[in-house]
Amino acid sequence: MSATEQGGTVIRPYGDTTGDGRIQVSFTLPLPSGTEEERALAEGAAAQLAAKMGLEPAMVVHAKAMGPDFTFFIVYGTVRHLVDLADVKVARREFPLMSAAEVNRRIRSALGRELVVVGATVGVDAHTVGIDAILNVKGHAGEKGLESYAEIRVVNLGAQVAVADLVDRAGAAHADAVLVSQVVTQRDAHIKAAREISEAFTAARGAARPLLVVGGPRFDPAMAPELGVDRVFGRGTTPREVASYLVHTLTPEPQGNAA
Amino acid sequence: MPGSEHAGGTAKPVLSLDPAMVREARELAAVAGRPIVEMARTHTTVSVERAVLRLGGLGGADPDDGMPWVNHLVDAVAESCGLQHGVALPAWDALVTGGYPSLAALASDAATGKVKFRLPEGGDAAAARLAATAALSDGFARIDARRAEREAMIKATADPPKPWIYLIVATGDIYEDIPQAQAAAREGADIIAVIRSTGQSLLDYVPEGATREGFAGTYATRENFRLMRAALDDVSRELGRYVRLTNYASGLCMPEIAALAGLERLDMMLNDCMYGIIFRDINPRRTFIDQRFSRQIHARAGIIINTGEDNYLTTADAVDAAHTVMVSQLLNEYFGREASLAEWQLGLGHAFEINPAVPDSFLLELAHAQLVRQLFPGAPLKYMPPTKYMTGNVFAGYLLDAFFNLCGALTDQSILLIGMMTEGIHTPFLSDRDLALENVRYVLRAAGRLGENFRPPPGGFVEKRAQQVLAESVDLLRRITAEGLLNAIADGTFGVTRRPADGGRGLDGVIERADGYFNPASDFLEGREQFLEAGRS
Repeated sequence: MSATEQGGTVIRPYGDTTGDGRIQVSFTLPLPSGTEEERALAEGAAAQLAAKMGLEPAMVVHAKAMGPDFTFFIVYGTVRHLVDLADVKVARREFPLMSAAEVNRRIRSALGRELVVVGATVGVDAHTVGIDAILNVKGHAGEKGLESYAEIRVVNLGAQVAVADLVDRAGAAHADAVLVSQVVTQRDAHIKAAREISEAFTAARGAARPLLVVGGPRFDPAMAPELGVDRVFGRGTTPREVASYLVHTLTPEPQGNAA
Repeated sequence: MPGSEHAGGTAKPVLSLDPAMVREARELAAVAGRPIVEMARTHTTVSVERAVLRLGGLGGADPDDGMPWVNHLVDAVAESCGLQHGVALPAWDALVTGGYPSLAALASDAATGKVKFRLPEGGDAAAARLAATAALSDGFARIDARRAEREAMIKATADPPKPWIYLIVATGDIYEDIPQAQAAAREGADIIAVIRSTGQSLLDYVPEGATREGFAGTYATRENFRLMRAALDDVSRELGRYVRLTNYASGLCMPEIAALAGLERLDMMLNDCMYGIIFRDINPRRTFIDQRFSRQIHARAGIIINTGEDNYLTTADAVDAAHTVMVSQLLNEYFGREASLAEWQLGLGHAFEINPAVPDSFLLELAHAQLVRQLFPGAPLKYMPPTKYMTGNVFAGYLLDAFFNLCGALTDQSILLIGMMTEGIHTPFLSDRDLALENVRYVLRAAGRLGENFRPPPGGFVEKRAQQVLAESVDLLRRITAEGLLNAIADGTFGVTRRPADGGRGLDGVIERADGYFNPASDFLEGREQFLEAGRS
């Protein structure tokens, strides 16, 4: 029985026995292990690193020379750390997950027209994988993309769209929402791009700007306010989650049979 | 021209395929491609014209704005008298009559509006032609010498056996790329690909010099090409094995990058007929015109092209869209052969991207890979590892990569791009690459000769699936030939992306050739230089 089931909020990793704290890590050190002496030093260094990471006792189960200057290690050990669930902060999904049929119904009844979504990657980012996974009919992870929703009209502008063009095209299409995916993260390119987008839309449209949604594998969903956008989606987001969020935010709650 | 026959697989037929259907597929690809070739023969682009200047010896950039001299000169000629006759006649006319010591000096004056270009006539035209032809002759002599140098290097070291192990480096900094590439070669890589900075496809100029800043890749520049090739020559000699270098002749500067690759002895270039259109929203006409010229240069330089069909499967479903891969391969083959590439230079691409949750997914992959192998028996096929279903579970990903390696070994693929278990998480760690190489080495050691013993039963699942994909390819090709390739691309036939013929970037850089269009590079590439050298046209 786990600690939580016992009513406590403190847990440790599970190897093969409750509370044993056993984990595995792998890493590389810039040390040679060509000779027996070098190898002993390298393994000792790996054990020291493991101890400093809180892995104690630790066992270096694998050490392999990678070229003349590096050694790769796999280490199993016991962590002394405790996780207090009371201190864990989770960004809870603030909207219910809906099926495609529910999404379409909701748009029909609440908007009475198609919901317009404009998508792009901006700036230097040429990776359309993210935006295509959400927008393309083919979708992602077994879920079809937003193009497949009867009541959503998708305008996919593709890669490396200039922010000013995105603002213009979103205006021309009467976009309800603008989706931007950013994959490139070197020198925080994704953060800069998100800020640039929110500033440009706010400057051009003020409060009348469309809903701004950014996504990408390296985004943290908690960053939305800091970036000036309405919602941030991280790794593993599916088209259905995005569609559910859009209708939750853009369409008023259904009120009985009023429609 | 020095020959370079690195024979591709000597694949014996394993699956029974209807030869009449195979023939029809090729004929249909030719029917679909012919109007495109006709368009390419009657048009030029700013990048083709800039490539002519690069082959004529013009390099370097304006210190004021960093813009390459070839851009300044082509822009100035375009403004003065248009590019419909090509850049060569007005440029070399201005060089000769203006008494400039070099094209760079001319470009420098042209950049500040000091040169008035004209279309020379009579004796002036003949003089400009002669001067241009002499300059281009030097450029092609250099490309030919580079090709001979490659042959000599291979003789002095050794040509590694296939499959060639293909690894990527992409730090953004050429001086970081070099030790990484050398380490990868020492660990077993036969081919090093330097991924370009992600913004480069849509730049309408080629950056200059050694670069240390890039986004998810390193800029393709002539100096970066030279530095990396020299570093790989060193490691090739050290290892007694020729390590090939790959870059990307794609995007808006495809022809120029092809020229630089030939001048600096790159060995393979990514060069797809439709990739830029579908995935980078580059104008279809621009892409096809640039592509033909770039492939003619690759043919001359002994460079193997790699096509990009694997990309279709990252947006479309790998089972449903298997036939679109084959259709694109057939088109790439047609366009490639038309541009004088030999079969051994056609590194047609495909990928292992079927959802592993699909029953019999490995059998389907085997059927697709074997079909491609049999359809293009002499081509150095490039097989791409799973990316779409690499979920972050590195342990499951490592297993999937092993199955990819096994499928590659079993079906005699020529170039294996090595899959990383950390695909989609980060640019590979040193250890990711090392583990990936351990994976492929194990599979090749344990099962490298499995192909000889692999005979799927006639009429069985694998054979039937291959026959089905071939039949679907023929159907799609019929549809494409009926509506025209440009319309098919506009309809979203490839990669589920719609790309109209007049949309996308770079259309303003497409120019219809006028009567009397002169392109000395094309004359060399299409075997008309002897007329030029005799002073005729």
